Amino acid sequence: MTTSKVELIVNGRPQRLELDPRTSLLDALREHLGLTGTKKGCNQGACGACTVLVDGRRINSCLTLAVMHEGAKVTTIEGLAAGDTLHPVQAAFIENDAFQCGYCTPGQILSGVACIAERHAGSPDEIRNWMSGNICRCGAYPGIVAAIAAAAKES
Amino acid sequence: MFPFSFQTARSEQEAIAGAAAGGRFVAGGTTLIDLMREEVERPQKLIDINRLPLRDIRWKGDTLVIGALARMSEVASHPDAARAQPLIVEALLEGASPQIRNMASIGGNLLQRVRCPYFRSLDARCNKREPGSGCAAIDGVNTTHAILGTSDRCVATHPSDLAVALVALGAMVRTRGPRGERQFPVEDLYRLPGETPHLEHTLHPGELITAVEVPSGAYAKRARYLKVRDRASYEFALVSVAAALDVDDGVIRSARVAAGGVGTKPWRMRGSEAALAGQRPDRTTWQKAAERAIEGVKPLSGNRYKVELLRRTVIRALEMVGEAT
Repeated sequence: MTTSKVELIVNGRPQRLELDPRTSLLDALREHLGLTGTKKGCNQGACGACTVLVDGRRINSCLTLAVMHEGAKVTTIEGLAAGDTLHPVQAAFIENDAFQCGYCTPGQILSGVACIAERHAGSPDEIRNWMSGNICRCGAYPGIVAAIAAAAKES
Repeated sequence: MFPFSFQTARSEQEAIAGAAAGGRFVAGGTTLIDLMREEVERPQKLIDINRLPLRDIRWKGDTLVIGALARMSEVASHPDAARAQPLIVEALLEGASPQIRNMASIGGNLLQRVRCPYFRSLDARCNKREPGSGCAAIDGVNTTHAILGTSDRCVATHPSDLAVALVALGAMVRTRGPRGERQFPVEDLYRLPGETPHLEHTLHPGELITAVEVPSGAYAKRARYLKVRDRASYEFALVSVAAALDVDDGVIRSARVAAGGVGTKPWRMRGSEAALAGQRPDRTTWQKAAERAIEGVKPLSGNRYKVELLRRTVIRALEMVGEAT
């Protein structure tokens, strides 16, 4: 098997990887770097559980190959908190009871961080529309929308 | 996923040569990687074109030139696009999810594969995936399939919202390939399925879409994209209509109408346009235009509802444009 080399900056740390080119960015994070906070839900871009930020923009890490991101800055759920201080969106999810089983939560939080940064969190309707790429099968949507609205107000 | 070799193209020439030798371009990858994982797509070589300088959005006179590697979200949030081509912005924002719009390129959006479930399922018959194997949709579950441009070999709809808007606006595709550069209408990028549904577009082997050019017609600023679907966002169209009107002194000087979700390619409604030209912008005119839109439809067992839905969506889209005047 021919492998390809790629360097990613993951949560601020340079990571050199040698990968089968078939490796998705999601599998590179989970299986090769041990960052299992990013979840694999549908693995076909429909659920948003695998959402991470690449160069500050939210994407589905299951729908892209790691080798397509040479030099990119990747932010996962493990990289949001500053030490023991939670990111405001993480804190808002706890405050607003924005999850049940928690499986979609890392993707919801990363997507929420981007949604606020994009200025698409101005109203509950706008949040619902711009968070539609993240499915929650427990149906915790009221808490998710409230958490993002609260964090957006603070920012 | 089947194994493949991976190459990052450093120049257009390198990319074109690689693709002419059998490689497949990958940009956003949102369609291709997904279908490779399903083993519907099995390229032996991928050519990553993301480093090519084809991402800017600029003006050439009063034509908006959109680089083929610009992401859907970059075009949708571009101030020039919002001001001059609101139809394109509306169609982009009605498609996919924020994450996918950050990934998917404009060129890739135009060339995305169909969403027919039988195309994606290796154990189903599909002439598009396996020429000559038959079409499981014609006698199967075909509620989302096409009513225009179908053949007895394939009834899948083209899924792009953007392409519907671009066809309505008379946008052009710019390409570069082994035989040089050319440009042609977006509408001519697509083939009807006919006897050969596995042939979907008119690009030559190795030909790369480099840009999409959108002219600033008098109707461009008075235009809406109405998408009807099973949920409020992040869903493909059951029926969608792009409508644009140039109204002067209470008379429609010219009109553009195209539809998605109903055709095997983005469907320009020239009969509707003819019915609108020279008329007053009122309910009677919208109804006449909508009657022309459903001429020649061929519904399947599960999608007869699309005929009436198309008629009503044309009327509502034209009303929305009329309200903006």
